[in-house]
Amino acid sequence: MVLNSILFYFFAALAVGSAILMVTRRNVVHGAVYLITTLLATAGVFLLLQAEFLFIVQVILYVGGIMVLFIFVIMLVNLDVSLLQYQFNRQRFVAGVLALALGAQIFLAIKMGQKSLFPQASVPEILPKNTEAVADALFGHFMLPFEIASILLLVAMIGAVVMAKRRV
Amino acid sequence: MVPVDHYLWLSLALFTIGVIGVLTRRNVIIILMSIELILNAVNINLVAFSHMFGTVDGQVFAIFVITDAAAEAAVGLGIILAFFRNRETLLADEMDMLKW
Repeated sequence: MVLNSILFYFFAALAVGSAILMVTRRNVVHGAVYLITTLLATAGVFLLLQAEFLFIVQVILYVGGIMVLFIFVIMLVNLDVSLLQYQFNRQRFVAGVLALALGAQIFLAIKMGQKSLFPQASVPEILPKNTEAVADALFGHFMLPFEIASILLLVAMIGAVVMAKRRV
Repeated sequence: MVPVDHYLWLSLALFTIGVIGVLTRRNVIIILMSIELILNAVNINLVAFSHMFGTVDGQVFAIFVITDAAAEAAVGLGIILAFFRNRETLLADEMDMLKW
């Protein structure tokens, strides 16, 4: 259990640290690599939360699929010019302050609801056969959202092909 | 055992960093990656609550969020490619073709 806590704080520090590096780096490729580190650290957090199926989905789909797509596009459009340009926009100070204010609001909301929201300190109930349970929920109770998600993916696929075509 | 609110703090930190990235960066690809970071922060919340209540419903929601992220990345990157082909730039400031 102590090992569990140590691993959680390790993964959390790794995720937050590389996320900060991701939004501050000038080079887009470095940003993508830092985002991959964040996503893998999040996958580790999922594993600690006994969500094994989501862990492997995160590694295969997010890191293996989406991020490869990102890096592929970066390779297609990467400009040496963009490394010399200024990377932050004009409203950066106002935007940063507003984002921090939003974060502080959510912080206060969690802090105020802490007593009533989390009455017990995390029941460590071990769910056996995580993948089987997820499949049962997905194909049982969540059948309609599942089908809607598949239609969404079809629309996105057609949309991506149309967008990337030279002439429609 | 890690208390549930620590997962929420982690999620809050990642979310805020993502929002800062979306609002302050000029590069469109970095903005899209920050959106992925925000969606990922939401997933941590969902899975943490799913663990707290001992059901898998939150994990199913997280799978739907990942599906959304994949769809959004595919369409967004297609738009970036089309934009780059027209304007030879990746800066969000230059995306003003619909403005007048």
